[in-house]
Amino acid sequence: MRRNLVTLIALLGAFLLFAILVHGETGDFGFVSGRNLELILRQTAIVGTAALGMTLIIAAGGIDLSAGAVIALSTVVLAAALSAGMSPLAAALLGVLAGAAAGALNGILVTVLGVVPFIVTLGTMLALRGLAKGLAHEQKIDAPMTWVNGALAALRPEDRWMLFPPGVWLTGVLAVLVGVTLNYTRFGRHLLAVGSNEAAARLAGVQVGRVKRRVYLLGGALVGVAGVFQFARLSVGDPTVATGLELDIIAAVVIGGASLAGGEGWVLGSLLGALIMTVIRAGGSQLGWSNWVQEIVTGVIIVTAVAIDRIRHRRQG
Amino acid sequence: MTASSVPRLAMRGIAKRFGATEALAAVDLSVAPGEIHALLGQNGAGKSTLMKILSGALAPDAGSIELDGQPYRPRNPLEGRRAGVAMIYQELSLARHLSVAENVFLGVEPTRRGLLDRPQMRQRTRDVLAELGSPDIDPDARVDTLPIAARQVVEIARALAAGCRVLVLDEPTSSLPKPDAERLFATMRRLAAQGQAIVYITHFLEEALAVSDRYSVLRDGRLVESGATAGVPPERIVTAMVGRAGAEAFPRSVRRAGAPLLEIEGLAGLTRPHDASLTVHRGEVVGIFGLVGSGRTELIRAIFGLDPVVRGEVRVMGLGEAPPAARWQSGAGMVSEDRKGEGLAVGLSVADNLMLTSFGPWVTAAGQRIASGPVIEELGIRLADPLQPVGQLSGGNQQKVAFGRLLQHDVDLLLLDEPTRGIDVASKAAIYRAIDRLVTRTDRPCGVLIVGSYLPELLGICDRIAVMRRGSLGPPVRAAETSEHALLMAASGGGT
Repeated sequence: MRRNLVTLIALLGAFLLFAILVHGETGDFGFVSGRNLELILRQTAIVGTAALGMTLIIAAGGIDLSAGAVIALSTVVLAAALSAGMSPLAAALLGVLAGAAAGALNGILVTVLGVVPFIVTLGTMLALRGLAKGLAHEQKIDAPMTWVNGALAALRPEDRWMLFPPGVWLTGVLAVLVGVTLNYTRFGRHLLAVGSNEAAARLAGVQVGRVKRRVYLLGGALVGVAGVFQFARLSVGDPTVATGLELDIIAAVVIGGASLAGGEGWVLGSLLGALIMTVIRAGGSQLGWSNWVQEIVTGVIIVTAVAIDRIRHRRQG
Repeated sequence: MTASSVPRLAMRGIAKRFGATEALAAVDLSVAPGEIHALLGQNGAGKSTLMKILSGALAPDAGSIELDGQPYRPRNPLEGRRAGVAMIYQELSLARHLSVAENVFLGVEPTRRGLLDRPQMRQRTRDVLAELGSPDIDPDARVDTLPIAARQVVEIARALAAGCRVLVLDEPTSSLPKPDAERLFATMRRLAAQGQAIVYITHFLEEALAVSDRYSVLRDGRLVESGATAGVPPERIVTAMVGRAGAEAFPRSVRRAGAPLLEIEGLAGLTRPHDASLTVHRGEVVGIFGLVGSGRTELIRAIFGLDPVVRGEVRVMGLGEAPPAARWQSGAGMVSEDRKGEGLAVGLSVADNLMLTSFGPWVTAAGQRIASGPVIEELGIRLADPLQPVGQLSGGNQQKVAFGRLLQHDVDLLLLDEPTRGIDVASKAAIYRAIDRLVTRTDRPCGVLIVGSYLPELLGICDRIAVMRRGSLGPPVRAAETSEHALLMAASGGGT
């Protein structure tokens, strides 16, 4: 819990800093307006949702480099289903299912072949990206506009009572579910034990392979949800979208305090980590920073966050 | 011994304390050039502390060391190595992915115009290996393709190439088959003939007597005997190692053996054991005594489903071969000898570690505090909060947590591998008390199989003890009818 507080303070600090900088530039407090907050949350939903899944995977001692490709695959599947006349709900579920299937594949490869997750998901990153391109015949798939597109759109005036778009709410609900799973269920304890010390977990009768397969399946499904959000934002199925996004997702989890060595992961922290990156991006672009400046700042933040964590751990002995 | 008779190594009056424990008290050790000196003693006698001081890993509280008459005061192992003291440990310290020649010259690579001088490395490696009587080892072979025995030779070659004057071999033969051990002895004799001074630490008396010129025996941190090896009967050395045991208190209530919980018949694993048969009943503690590398840990791992069973029968709580998850479910639990590596997830909390095998579907902080309370109390685990990371506790309390998992799960059969190694007296006593309570409780008395290497402990808590030697398990004998002396003879092969 202390760890989440540190991330929260970092987020508030970044937010305050940009509020002041933007105020100095424009003379108003547009950065703290409700509209801007909504924008930041909407822009965080994709990476944030995927980061929920990645938190589970990393806490269990794994990694998933295929997340970006899976998001693309999910948008393609969803768009294809919609244009084939499927109902929006069924199509969205199919998009999530595509993510779950990809996660299941990762889990099976990791446990059955005994190849390290980095390599397995490096392979599936390429293979699933290829699959998405093949399914889409290397083109964007246009799909009819449905309510799915509204998931992350700015709210219309008559929907203001919702405060945030449904996609943001869904992210919140999923975060609570994942947090409960990680912290309050036997499965969550077994997952952390596998990540902390796989040999000890095996000795203690934890079915290590099964736990890992479930973790990747669940993680994949959450990435699938992120794919649905990605589709909502673009309203096309794009097999080339989200290239490299897996690194943003991993960065969010790491800023949130998870250890890449496993055994540790913070659901709230990962969401805050994702928010920190959005705030830097939104703030930077409102200040008129070039893209390259934002990238350098984000890079510095990632390394700083982890370095601070290491120092904290060393003090604790 | 040379005419000058200046010893190669002379350690005088070495003393070392760890807190209240006197690990070494005024120990002398002298080794001449060309001498093979066997250093003997039970676990905890102070052999490894003495050798750590020699290597520079520990500083002595008192005493002095001389090499060839010159004072030698290493501040760290690197200085020790530079002065010519080479340690060869059981766990080999080679870079597995590099070649033999690269390992031999690791850190002291010869160069020509800034580039590695590979021909010279190869040639000099070949020379050293020939000197060691192993010209068949290819200098270009990757170390991880070599068998253990050859890797040991490579490690010795590295010591020689670095110009060592004193070679310390710590239990080098415990994981070697007989012919390889014989070859190693031939190598040692050859090196001694060239004037090396060799300190040879071993549990195998037979070997120690066969290969050494002189010997020293440590017991409880004191040098109790030393002299020339020729003609010394093994019984005399065993008596020196065992001494007269101090009266340690082991709780022991009246025990009644009941139905069998564990039965193994002709069990064989991948490498060890070759052949093990044993039965453990309700209401009894059965001990397995064996030296490091004898296959005792492998036996218990095979029983619990962590290592494969290649041959033979195993029935635990009526269940044949099964993975650890099924073992726990049927009411058997195991404590590993490797606490950090396999026993505990040190990043997780005490309660998590205690309850890892017995979680319900939902886990809450309040529930965990309540559920883990009784075990924490029974074992007297000292902590601030059950939810604190187990890695923050002392070693003894960590071990109580590893053991406590079996109580938390309420198992019927306890498989314990060195459950009290390296922990304080109070923690040991807590574990002994719990074991005695479990095997004598009236409702479902437990059975315990305990692997150990500290004889007074095994004799104190066990009802029957079997000896494991080089992969085969002897028939169990009643603890009341045997002695440290007899068990040590059986395990180290001093007799028969």
